[in-house]
Amino acid sequence: MKIFIPRDMAAVAVGADHLATAIAAEAQARNIPLTIIRNGSRGLFWLEPLIEVATAAGRIGYANLSVADVPSLFESRFFEGGPHDRCIGVVERLPYLARQTRFTFARAGVIDPVSLDDYRRHGGYRGLEAALSLGPAAIVAAVKESGLRGRGGAGFPTGIKWETVARASAPRKYVVCNADEGDSGTFADRLIMEADPFMLIEGMTIAGIAVGATQGYIYLRSEYPFAIRIMNEAIAIATRAGWLGRGIAGSRFDFDLEVRVGAGAYVCGEETALLESLEGKRGQVRAKPPLPAIKGLFGQPTVINNTISLASVPFILAEGAQRYAGIGYGRSRGTMPVQLAGNIRHGGLFECAFGITLGELIEDVGGGTASGRPVRAVQAGGPLGAYFPPALFDTPYDYEAFAKRDGLIGHGGLVVFDDTADMAKMARFAMEFCAHESCGKCTPCRIGAVRGVETFDKIAAGIEPEQNLALVRDLCETMKLGSLCAMGGFTPYPVLSAMNHFPEDFAAKPLPLAAE
Amino acid sequence: MGMSMSGLKTMMAADATPAWNEAEAAAIIASHRHREGPLLPILHAIQAAFGCVPPEAEPLIANALNLSRAEIHGVVTFYHDFRRKPAGRHVLKLCRAEACQSMGGEANAARLLATIGLDWGGTTPDGRLTIEPVYCLGLCATAPAALFDDMPVGRADAARLEILVQEAA
Repeated sequence: MKIFIPRDMAAVAVGADHLATAIAAEAQARNIPLTIIRNGSRGLFWLEPLIEVATAAGRIGYANLSVADVPSLFESRFFEGGPHDRCIGVVERLPYLARQTRFTFARAGVIDPVSLDDYRRHGGYRGLEAALSLGPAAIVAAVKESGLRGRGGAGFPTGIKWETVARASAPRKYVVCNADEGDSGTFADRLIMEADPFMLIEGMTIAGIAVGATQGYIYLRSEYPFAIRIMNEAIAIATRAGWLGRGIAGSRFDFDLEVRVGAGAYVCGEETALLESLEGKRGQVRAKPPLPAIKGLFGQPTVINNTISLASVPFILAEGAQRYAGIGYGRSRGTMPVQLAGNIRHGGLFECAFGITLGELIEDVGGGTASGRPVRAVQAGGPLGAYFPPALFDTPYDYEAFAKRDGLIGHGGLVVFDDTADMAKMARFAMEFCAHESCGKCTPCRIGAVRGVETFDKIAAGIEPEQNLALVRDLCETMKLGSLCAMGGFTPYPVLSAMNHFPEDFAAKPLPLAAE
Repeated sequence: MGMSMSGLKTMMAADATPAWNEAEAAAIIASHRHREGPLLPILHAIQAAFGCVPPEAEPLIANALNLSRAEIHGVVTFYHDFRRKPAGRHVLKLCRAEACQSMGGEANAARLLATIGLDWGGTTPDGRLTIEPVYCLGLCATAPAALFDDMPVGRADAARLEILVQEAA
């Protein structure tokens, strides 16, 4: 009898390890032979800890469990899918999951993340096999045809990036995975690495073959200790099995892969800062050009892509570019793993075709706020993304549609706030975060963010609020146009959207009557 | 300089973190220096061994990598992860990013810090606990989030945090 208990960091954060220990002990005490598989999470985080039992009818789930539920689970013979208060039926029939189009996350939560056999049985390495028979030029053509755009936020066509690197001639080329997933409200990269790490390895290997790179690095943030462990384990397994190293899968291609751990700098999610960091320097942004595709890591041509972008590639090669490009909205093709986070009832990962509206995502899929209060604002795209009021919930989830409304989809995070949120505080926080994380290279970001915080403090204190609000707008203009990268350049998104959509929060507040 | 170094040693001994050992540090550096871009792996390994990146490590690394001490110092101080002195026996990282704010994380943190009498980054006088901010642990759908040593904590309400802190020995 197979029981699946996630080893995912979020599941463990709400008790999955304790649950696994208690279930194993109880099974032993009752002399019931159970096989416990530590799978990844399905991404239905509001249900975690969610365990599943393999039955003839499919995998039956038991949700929101605690150790206290273990005796009653055994009494109700959960290991055969027996009825229990916490039983949610066949997991794949849950509307939240059934409504998704899981191209990239098809295996997440289904397989044992470090079982190569499991990966193969569920379609793993079919993309690489197709890639090997196609050859480099046709791989690049397929990625271009799929319409895949960079899922880190910039939305640059992945195939064009690859083509540039493929055409560059150099003694050594690199594939770098940007797994520095620092945006609050995002966890798709983490889920890929913890639930299906071979998929990322496969995607990077395909990229290596396509552009002629023999070395790959995954720049993985230190805040993700579980992902670091699982990724390293998977790389070792893949290397032993001949899927990495010399002559991959018996071919003429070589590709080595290594995890490099970040050190807590948000700005290293910016691709050129990331490359500096990989080289062992301060994570300071480089001026572009030259593009990393021409002069990247150690001055060599480098493919640097987000984790989701690289993880989307095996599907595209295995199923065909048209299958991927066949769904979507406008110039946003394929699927996006939207991450519903913050004050939301059904927080988790929702992979779907582009084009669904923001309102559907928040209200229908997400079920509104966790607190049960009205939604006030949704921050889309991380700390550098705009706050959307419910009045803009008709916005289709699409790079261009969000841009038209002065926002961005970024890395796919949506953070929900209820009506207790103070948007002036959130605007100040955006400046504060920028000041905290600025790499210091360019002046608008380094100094502008500090001045922004000071100016918001004056506004809150009732000092010339109108002039100071105008000053913030002016400052935002300077940061937007004058910053070297998105750190300073996009901080105005949350600031200005908060000011534009929630002006009442910026009105002068009466001074506190008695300061000490 | 000599004084501050001996002061640091005394403090490290009090905190029961491994004392500076030049031979051990040199061995760590040697085991990584052949790698491409070895500096961050070296700094992580030094911190894992000594609980921080001691100032004594900087010239050693600089020599091995043929860089100036200023360059090494610049890198160490750029990254939030690298400590200049060891933390307490336990480290509680509380997420201060937006998703956790939306679930009341800031109020929880303020209450906890006030209860223990610490500011962000501070360590209790008995060296038992350090509380630090972190900006996103990727646990944004089970917010507020925290990391207690190596253990992630989701749905970390004020009561749960206080139990964690009380149990820290």
